[in-house]
Amino acid sequence: MTGEVAVLGAGMHPWGKWGRSFVEYGVVAARAALADAGVGWRDVGSIVGADTVRGGYPGYVAGATFAKALGWQGARVASVYAACASGAQALNTARAQILAGLADVVLVVGADAAPKGFFRPAGGERPDDPDWLRFRVLGATNPTYFGLFARRRMAVHGDTLEDFAQVKVKNAAQGALNPNARYRKRVTADEVAGSAVVADPLRLLDICATSDGGAALVLSSMEFARRHGAADPVRIRAVSTVTPRYPSTVLDLPDIATDSAATVAPAAETFRASIARTAYEEAGIGPEDLSLAEVYDLSTALELQWYEDLGLCAEGEAAKLLREGATALGGRIPVNVSGGLASFGEAVPAQAIAQVCELTWQLRGVAGDRQVTGARVGITANQGLFGHGSSVVAVR
Amino acid sequence: MVAGWFSGDGDDFRLIGTRCSACASVFFPREDAFCRNPGCPGGELQEVPLSRRGRVWSYTDSRYRPPSPYVSDPELSWEPYALIAVELESERIVVLGQTVPGVTVADLTVGMEVEVVPGVLNEDAETTWTTWHWRPTGVTV
Repeated sequence: MTGEVAVLGAGMHPWGKWGRSFVEYGVVAARAALADAGVGWRDVGSIVGADTVRGGYPGYVAGATFAKALGWQGARVASVYAACASGAQALNTARAQILAGLADVVLVVGADAAPKGFFRPAGGERPDDPDWLRFRVLGATNPTYFGLFARRRMAVHGDTLEDFAQVKVKNAAQGALNPNARYRKRVTADEVAGSAVVADPLRLLDICATSDGGAALVLSSMEFARRHGAADPVRIRAVSTVTPRYPSTVLDLPDIATDSAATVAPAAETFRASIARTAYEEAGIGPEDLSLAEVYDLSTALELQWYEDLGLCAEGEAAKLLREGATALGGRIPVNVSGGLASFGEAVPAQAIAQVCELTWQLRGVAGDRQVTGARVGITANQGLFGHGSSVVAVR
Repeated sequence: MVAGWFSGDGDDFRLIGTRCSACASVFFPREDAFCRNPGCPGGELQEVPLSRRGRVWSYTDSRYRPPSPYVSDPELSWEPYALIAVELESERIVVLGQTVPGVTVADLTVGMEVEVVPGVLNEDAETTWTTWHWRPTGVTV
């Protein structure tokens, strides 16, 4: 146990395709989080921005960009990039500063204005970049990797296209209850089956969209929270940011090949499972303690994989868990009650922060129609390109 | 655009990786700077040809035209290609690649045997960019 920090405030800019700057989304989310915390911007001792690579230099230095937009006030500043795990690393940076006594109150912000269609690497001829290479040499987009995972699950565990569709049906129904979600319409299994194949066996409605959006959190020391009148705040108890271990034997974005396992025996658990285990160990809890989970459903099939990696069920039993209704709102362990990326779409630096916003509202009991009754412990799970783990445990 | 990833013609065509002289770890794409095994003191990285044949770990396809830097002719209608992740038994490594033209996901199953063959990635008036393709064994397209 490393000690806890308080979540004093959470805020979002609604997700969609708004056509504005990421700075605007971030500032709206930051102001919402500050208002929620009842903390003035001038009282914030440190600001941490999760970077977007699509905003040019302002995006690479997101912490300072948001600080300038909110009004320079001399705070400590940091900017972090870890692809889809950027938000979790921003949160971890803030937590470390608080636990080290460097700041009492830290604002964490992530926002993005995503392009339409496939994500693509930065321009130029860059054969030293694995992400550039997988596009240039193989034409391997993100959905093609999601398709590889899905087909592998079908072959190894017997998952079906109907199982995948039911993940979308569940998440769309839950997202329909969330005012911050981009898609707020229920979806039927027939609609999933009727959508175009993007990367066999996955269809358009199996794969998350790209979106604009922003999310922010105000974190503080437990002592500040008590002085501030928050006697029983939501608390961050663990943040897992681990790397894989050599040899990494599951083909994953953006790699063209796995490590070889011929001379060094691979670890018994996969990278994704190690992300979750590290969070559980740091928090001193296990999957049996969870009230809910927010996982990274880049595709419907990948949400099922996370059930197993989080230990919600045994390997190969995710589809069974889904079919039993255990992961739906009202079930034993609801997953993605926010609607998940299925309902939000990807706004890369914001999404790991948005997951923690959802945990915060759920643990406070203010999540409205999508409230998980009596929620006490929540986990997020995410994974950043190039080997960045991301999992956060929050408790009340 | 990438040097030394494959070599040879016909039945001699091979993917080329590197192998560490100290710990025998194999890398593809080739690792020429440092051995990435965290338990290795670091040895010489020497070229090594990979197995010609392996088994399908998983597969998918690309029904929409990928963005640049993938090169395709926007004047032509998009023809999906299949991608296969292939497990090489002796190296215990999984290598992704496109299938030979004409093989679709309908022709593939997980566990099927495939072999590596030379292929064309794209070409213009001056240059032909070559690559590797996976082809189910016994198929001659």
